[in-house]
Amino acid sequence: MTKRLVTIGNGMVGHRFLEQMAAKGADWELICFCEEPRVAYDRVNLSGYFAGKTAADLSLVAPDFYKDNNIQVHVGDKAVRIDRANKTVTSAKGVTISYDKLVLATGSYPFVPPIKGNDLPGTFVYRTICDLEATEAYAKDCKVGVVVGGGLLGLECANALQNLGLKTHVVEFMPRLMPVQVDDAGGATLRQKIEDLGIGIHTGKSTTEIVADEHGRVHKMQFADGTELLTDTIVFSAGIRPQDELARQCGLKIGDRGGIAIDDNCQTSDPDVYAIGECALYNNQIFGLVAPGYRMAEVAADRLCGNETNNFTGADMSTKLKLLGIDVASFGDAFGKTAGSKVIAIDDAIAGTYKKLVVNEDGTRLLGGILVGDATVYGTLLQLMQNQMALPPHPEDLILPHRSGVSMAMGVEQLPDTAQICSCNNVTKGQICTAIQEQELRDIGSVKSCTNAGMGCGGCVPLVTDLLKAELKKAGIAVNNNICEHFAFSRQELYSLVRSQDIHSFQQLLDRHGTGRGCEICKPLVGSILASAWNDQILDAPHVSLQDTNDAFLANIQRDGTYSVIPRIPGGEITPDKLIVLGQVAKDFGLYTKITGAQRIDLLGARVDQLPLIWQQLVAAGFESGHAYGKALRTVKSCVGSTWCRFGVQDSVSLAIEVELRYRGLRAPHKFKSAVSGCTRECAEAQSKDFGIIATEKGWNLYVCGNGGMKPQHAQLLAADLDKETLIRYVDRFLMFYIRTANRLERTATWFNKLEGGIEYLQAVIINDSLGIAEELEAEMAHQVATYACEWNATLQDPAKLQRFQHFVNTDAPDPNIVVIEERGQNRPVFEHERQLSELQLK
Amino acid sequence: MSQTESIQPITKQWTTICPLDRILPNTGVCALVNDRQIAVFRVGEEEDVYAIENLDPFSKAYVLSRGIVGDHNGIPKVASPIYKQNFSLLTGECLDDLTIKLQTFAAQVVDGQVQVHG
Ligand SMILES: Cc1cc2nc3c(=O)[nH]c(=O)nc-3n(C[C@H](O)[C@H](O)[C@H](O)COP(=O)(O)OP(=O)(O)OC[C@H]3O[C@@H](n4cnc5c(N)ncnc54)[C@H](O)[C@@H]3O)c2cc1C
Ligand code: HEM
Ligand code: SF4
Ligand code: SF4
Repeated sequence: MTKRLVTIGNGMVGHRFLEQMAAKGADWELICFCEEPRVAYDRVNLSGYFAGKTAADLSLVAPDFYKDNNIQVHVGDKAVRIDRANKTVTSAKGVTISYDKLVLATGSYPFVPPIKGNDLPGTFVYRTICDLEATEAYAKDCKVGVVVGGGLLGLECANALQNLGLKTHVVEFMPRLMPVQVDDAGGATLRQKIEDLGIGIHTGKSTTEIVADEHGRVHKMQFADGTELLTDTIVFSAGIRPQDELARQCGLKIGDRGGIAIDDNCQTSDPDVYAIGECALYNNQIFGLVAPGYRMAEVAADRLCGNETNNFTGADMSTKLKLLGIDVASFGDAFGKTAGSKVIAIDDAIAGTYKKLVVNEDGTRLLGGILVGDATVYGTLLQLMQNQMALPPHPEDLILPHRSGVSMAMGVEQLPDTAQICSCNNVTKGQICTAIQEQELRDIGSVKSCTNAGMGCGGCVPLVTDLLKAELKKAGIAVNNNICEHFAFSRQELYSLVRSQDIHSFQQLLDRHGTGRGCEICKPLVGSILASAWNDQILDAPHVSLQDTNDAFLANIQRDGTYSVIPRIPGGEITPDKLIVLGQVAKDFGLYTKITGAQRIDLLGARVDQLPLIWQQLVAAGFESGHAYGKALRTVKSCVGSTWCRFGVQDSVSLAIEVELRYRGLRAPHKFKSAVSGCTRECAEAQSKDFGIIATEKGWNLYVCGNGGMKPQHAQLLAADLDKETLIRYVDRFLMFYIRTANRLERTATWFNKLEGGIEYLQAVIINDSLGIAEELEAEMAHQVATYACEWNATLQDPAKLQRFQHFVNTDAPDPNIVVIEERGQNRPVFEHERQLSELQLK
Repeated sequence: MSQTESIQPITKQWTTICPLDRILPNTGVCALVNDRQIAVFRVGEEEDVYAIENLDPFSKAYVLSRGIVGDHNGIPKVASPIYKQNFSLLTGECLDDLTIKLQTFAAQVVDGQVQVHG
């Protein structure tokens, strides 16, 4: 007699299982209970329903498929009881059917947090077509919608609400978005991108109550921090829970946090019962994606058809998606859970991207990673991980934006020819290299036009450039380190040209050694070299057009085109009177104030026309420029040291002030920072600085080439127990040597990592003067120290320079586009969606 | 192209915005012309001037006049001071994103005065 197989659940995985059984032509009588009023449909593309797809479009079941294959499906009938002793299933409509084998494919259900009011009219979930129909009908009378949950589904749901024309907010309990897939930094980048789309993001919000209006419908949400959010409707998307209710009732083994436990065969604790899809728990893991569910369906079908070789062994949860048009990818061990694993992350707030690699202990293999904002390298990284390929010596090059002078040739050479380099146009490494060789391509432009690589989003251009460099090198053609199309020189070469030929302006250098008019790469670079070499005022007429806008207006530009003002507070020491001045200025000009990470005070939101007025007051009160805008010395942080601290062995504050005043305004290839601690407890964190000083019983220890920021690195001890004069001499030499030899935009730590011979080499140069340049370096620094002048003071004295500090050349009006809004008692610039909102209200 | 222009009922005219020497060589200024923010650049030491919208489409801030002026293969351009995308001063095209094109305006120097047609 034919044996009977009953399947509970006709979702994506349940249906795939039945398809597999039919395809294998197995000798089973197949019966399925389907709770939903329609047979399986494409839940993954559920949101397509709001974009115009009908339930029929989404259906996964070919017409007559079940009939043709003799599969009996009880549509709209939920299984409510399993009797394992008698091997029967009973349904809500009262049908009782016996089984020989049973397959549970009950999927999962949305988790609704236990909040008062979570069942009010106007609250919904996002899982089935029925859910969407209900949400859509209700939303017709709504203006504002909130999604509770900032995960993958929540964001997709937010998109759907926005498509329905609602002003949409996302409320997330965790401090970041997509807590499962991405980490803090990635969540921050994602947040910025989504806010730019006009969706309100509220993270770290714990909802305490949903309050109804007089008709008993959703009206507002209250949060634990006392804030509120008005809304007309709420969709919960706060995670899924495995639908394991039936399995619990009949005593199958369930995981601690839910899920029906299965083994490699997809068998539950009862060998006659299988579980597949999202309801199943394998190795204490639930798989919330469809691909692993499909794998399970295959394995279970094989088992039931007598094939014992196919096992379920877990699944790769790597995903790459476009959420609201934003690339998000997470693959492998994204959170670095592997023992000994290490993390490399690049958080590029300018480009709005976040990229993270998790590598094994010795940095030779890729274990996983996260990409937000730009996932073009996903394909390559996945290949590196899946093929267990050796990583290049500096794995960070894989995710670094391209910069001249930095080559990842080591990385590209190791990629297989099949590696997809350009994912937009699907061009492989092999195709690119062949084109370079056969068509004798010599520049990136022709590689792009001949292969189509890099012609889509452009994200792969750095990779293509490196391939080109590697190919040219192989062919014995000289590879250039040219900084840009205008100068066929590296930064170091330009620096020595400027000094040796006594060049004092960009035009002079361009006439003698360059072509064209220059660009945003070479101009600031030459501006910086001229400043490092001669210390002329950067706003003097011949130099002003070279400066980045931060240098050009002696302040840091912010996202709305206003500037931040950071006066120098040497060593972080400030008198009460000066503090009052800062407060008063901020009040007078409506500026937002914040303590920076470097023991200073940032005044934000100054319009360009306000900068001179602000600085007039600051200079009058004895402040000077803090050079927070320049690639220059930032601050020398200090702890209070022996003056107050009971552990202090030296006066760290006095030294910090002296050092800061000595090197203030010194231009370098990149910004650099310092700190002085009064004892070995190191409260000033000097070992995370470009140069750091720590007091000892006998003098001062000098550490160099440390870094905080994106890629922290500890500084290395250059020399110990120095007296102050020697200390200063070594710092002079060290800084000038760095300025001489570093690449464009290379911090001391990166520079150091490329120095052959490491700290011993640096010690030889700085302490033992192995290159015989120590005297020169000291003289160059002496010139800098002697010619320092506060840039703001100089600017205020010069009416011609002040003319530029005006938004319009033909009227005194300020930029009307700058609009602020109050938050926590201070002004901040509006976001685009707030601007649109306020303009709407105005109308 | 010419069609759209003839449909728009804009009466453009030359507006004098400032003396040439208010614009340092290879820098820009912003002018308010008929309530529009227009960035005007002086390329080189002579009377070569160009005008484009001042709105940076990437940051939505009115700042292009403060960008660095340069050239790419001889095409004069400005780089946004916020996120550094380049715009051709001749056509307004974004050289880093071909889907984006800014409006340009005619500009000239007459008797040492910079004029914009907008
Ligand atoms: C909006 C959305 C977007 C998604 N996007 C992606 C994506 O981009 N990529 C990806 O890989 N995954 C995505 N998923 C997840 C994917 O849809 C699931 O992994 C997949 O549907 C799981 O299939 P399943 O059969 O296990 O569960 P389901 O598809 O949920 O099917 C279970 C079915 O069983 C029924 N059922 C439950 N109990 C009973 C019972 N007692 N009697 C009868 N029937 C019962 C349920 O009603 C349901 O129809 C998304 C999910 C949603 C909701
Ligand atoms: C355009 C981009 C950036 C801007 C506008 C910016 C601005 C600032 C400002 C204004 C401060 C306060 C400093 C002061 O008081 O002088 C600061 C501090 C800091 N910045 Fe940045 N920064 C930027 C990029 C970066 C990057 C890329 C890194 C990492 C490499 C970084 C790491 C830091 C650190 C670690 C501090 C704290 C310093 C300390 O405590 O000593 N910043 N930044
Ligand atoms: S201040 Fe620094 S860390 Fe903060 S957002 Fe800006 S760049 Fe990022
Ligand atoms: S570093 Fe030493 S001296 Fe300075 S505050 Fe800390 S304990 Fe005191």
